[in-house]
Amino acid sequence: MNAVMARLIGARVAVCVLSLLIVSGLVFIATSLLPGDVTQEILGQSATPEAVEGLRRALNLDRPAPVRYLEWLGGLLTGDPGISLVNRLPVAEMIASRLPNSLLLAGMAAAFCVPAALFLGITSAIWRGSAYDRVVNTATVTTVSVPEFLVATLAVLIFAVHLRWLPAMSYASKIESVGQLLRSFALPVATLSCVVMAQMTRMTRAALLTVLDTPYIEMAVLKGARPMRVVLLHALPNAVGPIANAVAFSLSYLVGGAIIVEIIFSYPGIARLMVDAVATRDMPLVQACAMIFSAAYLVLVLVADLCAILSNPRLRYR
Amino acid sequence: MTNATADTLPRRRRRWRVSASGTVGLAVVGFWLVMTLAGPSIAPHGSGAMVGSEILAPMSREFPLGTDYLGRDMLSRILWGARYTVGLALIATLLACAMGVALGLFAAVQGGIGDAAISRVLDAFISIPSKMFALVMVAALGSSLPVLIGTVAVIYTPGCYRLARSMAVNISAMDFVTVARARGERTAFIMREEVLPNMVLPVLTDFGLRFVFVVLLLSGLSFLGVGIQPPAADWGSLVRENLEGLRDGAPAVIMPAAAIASLTIGMTLLIDNLPGRRRSTVEGH
Repeated sequence: MNAVMARLIGARVAVCVLSLLIVSGLVFIATSLLPGDVTQEILGQSATPEAVEGLRRALNLDRPAPVRYLEWLGGLLTGDPGISLVNRLPVAEMIASRLPNSLLLAGMAAAFCVPAALFLGITSAIWRGSAYDRVVNTATVTTVSVPEFLVATLAVLIFAVHLRWLPAMSYASKIESVGQLLRSFALPVATLSCVVMAQMTRMTRAALLTVLDTPYIEMAVLKGARPMRVVLLHALPNAVGPIANAVAFSLSYLVGGAIIVEIIFSYPGIARLMVDAVATRDMPLVQACAMIFSAAYLVLVLVADLCAILSNPRLRYR
Repeated sequence: MTNATADTLPRRRRRWRVSASGTVGLAVVGFWLVMTLAGPSIAPHGSGAMVGSEILAPMSREFPLGTDYLGRDMLSRILWGARYTVGLALIATLLACAMGVALGLFAAVQGGIGDAAISRVLDAFISIPSKMFALVMVAALGSSLPVLIGTVAVIYTPGCYRLARSMAVNISAMDFVTVARARGERTAFIMREEVLPNMVLPVLTDFGLRFVFVVLLLSGLSFLGVGIQPPAADWGSLVRENLEGLRDGAPAVIMPAAAIASLTIGMTLLIDNLPGRRRSTVEGH
């Protein structure tokens, strides 16, 4: 660690915090632009003006937007994102009961797909142009370009309906043994991994191929090193940075993928909470969930950037 | 490229090496484009007509793709839905690309503060996950066609902008642009006549790639129930409303999903096989 790297990393972190701040502003503006009055919507058409006025005060809607934004932001930072408009529970409580489920799902998907994608990406780069490479390539292109819900639908159809190996739904609360845990998580995790893995495999392969196209690799090939040796000993050490970058960046797809997967498997996670909140227009809940997703996404992209910086020896030894 | 070669070769010929998978992609995309225009007129039944006596029926002579959860003809539903899935995605992608390219050209040709300001703002937009942003917008403004088109266009403008700007920056550093500036041409003229014609092919390829993302996002939203609202239905909503047929493997669930997949895979194959195209879907959704 030296001054140059510290400065670069500091700048990245600062950009990340700034982006998150801008995102919070956008989320707040978007959710405050509601056409029509929220209070009117909650109380219905027959509400008296006094009742509307009372609710407005109770919801702090009678104060100017910038003040409300700062209060909301302060609340977020101190862990109090407000009260749900629909069932009057604290938003923090609702999220706290769902967040571990989502983290478990994402964690299991990551634990499965990182090694698998690295294996596929590196082997397909080793045997570039072979039948194996073409099969992997076709499979990943196909997976990247079909909707996540199609992958999920097909997985349910094949494994739960036709083969009857696995349950189609997963309920995180009724888990008693490890075997049961694996069985009920197999389909959601496989679906989520599928999408992330395809992206990760492609990016890993591309990162490795960039290194393989450099003159020093050509030199290694010309001196007679076997392809396996060239890739593993010559190319891979220099590709670690780009690959780590690719892995972290692909993991940010967990954010989008999780939304679809939690819905189709009726998994009680935070993404389903958010989609339900969107349907009922429960703004405090939507805002809080949106911030959690954006933060997760930005942190993963930040980690990807940091991997690229930390693994660059030119920066390390300057 | 010097002026001499441009003079001796009146029209620069590109060698379009057409591969098998590219042809398949072109055929599939072309088919769906035709269906978007002609679908409703050749559909055997109306979009909402309850014609079948059986719900979620399997494929038969009368209903080639089975019936949906209300006994409506699935083939007709898909043909009508093409209008929403393909048409809406086309409009949104066109908007996104037009805004992105216009801003990118302007930023590159103008440079300076304008460039920096546009770049910073759009970079912030890129850091919002697309599905999440769409969900927030739909939560705030309700789900209607203009909201969906606008949201999707805003989401995909920054990506287009980045590509257009990086290419336009290179092009506007070339001699002929300097000459045009020296001639005293205005910014709009340089953008339109000098820079834009030199980046048409990459922009078109990018358009195709972004079209795939837009189709995936829009059908994903409809699948979640926050996209196209009933009675209108795009292919994503068709999958959602017939989801109960999944347990029996009803074609009403499989077919709309397959239609989306054929469109997006076809488009990916097509742009992957365009000349001058190296990498494709490495960039994100």
